[in-house]
Amino acid sequence: MSTIRIPPVLREETGGSRTVEVRAATVAEALDELFARHPELRQRVTQEGGELSPFINVYVNDRDVRYRDGLATEIGPDDTVILLPAMAGGAR
Amino acid sequence: MSGDGVREVGVADAVALARDGYRVIDVREKSEWDAGHVAGATLVPLADVPARIAEVVSDKTTPLLVHCAVGGRSARALSLLAQMGYTNVVNLKGPISQWKEAGGEWEEPPQLLSPLQTRRYSRQMLIPEIGAEGQRRLLDSRVLLIGAGGLGSPIALYLAASGVGTIGLVDDDVVEESNLQRQVLHGVDRIGMRKVDSAEKTLHGLNPETRVVKHPERLTADNVERLIAEYDVVVDGTDNFDTRYVLNDAAVRLRKPVVHGSIYRWDGQVTTFVPFEGPCYRCMYPTQPPPELAPACDVAGVLGVLPGIVGLLQANEVFKLVLGAGQTLAGRLLMFDALGTNFDEVRIWRDPACLACGESVVQAPTAQSAVAIGR
Repeated sequence: MSTIRIPPVLREETGGSRTVEVRAATVAEALDELFARHPELRQRVTQEGGELSPFINVYVNDRDVRYRDGLATEIGPDDTVILLPAMAGGAR
Repeated sequence: MSGDGVREVGVADAVALARDGYRVIDVREKSEWDAGHVAGATLVPLADVPARIAEVVSDKTTPLLVHCAVGGRSARALSLLAQMGYTNVVNLKGPISQWKEAGGEWEEPPQLLSPLQTRRYSRQMLIPEIGAEGQRRLLDSRVLLIGAGGLGSPIALYLAASGVGTIGLVDDDVVEESNLQRQVLHGVDRIGMRKVDSAEKTLHGLNPETRVVKHPERLTADNVERLIAEYDVVVDGTDNFDTRYVLNDAAVRLRKPVVHGSIYRWDGQVTTFVPFEGPCYRCMYPTQPPPELAPACDVAGVLGVLPGIVGLLQANEVFKLVLGAGQTLAGRLLMFDALGTNFDEVRIWRDPACLACGESVVQAPTAQSAVAIGR
């Protein structure tokens, strides 16, 4: 099983879960399985047409999939998919 | 002057012995040595005597004149040397500060630091990557903090304590009671006071030498270049995306390194953006997300210690940028999960298509910066 790490700003959509385990061969498959379980995440993570939202970065382990094969990037059972939206939280 | 090899002399006699060819061993600390020392002397701090003296003086019959500041540490060095078999050792009992007056030759480096500074910063100057020169760099450095709140508080406190010479603060807020849980620059008696004024008061109490420059305004596209132009490093502790993008684009134009921190509930992120050497914020997130994706502390909540931890990681980046030491977080995003106590990092890359620093941007001539960029 691969692990998808849910960032704090998206945990309401997963009912508080910090990680979701999926069986998938690519990032796209992993996200499909994630969205099947937590449908509200789809519109936060992808745009119309299924491309990744520009406001969220997806990493496989420490590598940004934009610099690999995007949604087609292959993943193995020991890999971690990290969803990383821009985080504003700050100082005031 | 007995024959047992252990003798004590005053400063005038010691000067004469040094002229007669006695090897001068200075057992003070490096920071004391740096402030001035006997010409031709060798530095072996007292704690290092047992381990190092043999390589410095291999012949145990060599006539040695050992001194410290007033004669206490050198007396201890003498007993160690006697135990180790050194037979011709003289202790200088008297203030080494009179060496020059007594006609002895004295070497003083160009005065990097005042005696007060040398004392105040002695503990960090012992660190090889800092020393007197690094301390001078810190004292000459100018660091701008965007925000004097949660992240700005610990950053400002530690930068001031360690002798960063100029700290600029950009913040137009006043202190509120709900800030005090994490904004440790401020206290109960500061409620209602402008944060820049409260911060100045705290920082001056901590280090009167630090120059605090107050900018009681909000960072905008209109004032950003004026605000950051005079500084070597900018620390981003902002709470909103508008400011973050405005700051990023101006910092890239002016080639100012930006140390970025953000916090949310139990999670924090830190990285360092060094224009044209590493990615910038826009390389990570090309366009600004809509406001509903950016809940601030007052909506989302934040753990009190989190800005402390993330802020000090940012302060650490500032030190490395100023000192030119170590590896900064340029090209790496460090993530901290306080709930699980986990650190993690992902790599971030320069985006050739970046609107701020990508290939389409004509690179400005390198701005002369006082700051070395750690790699």
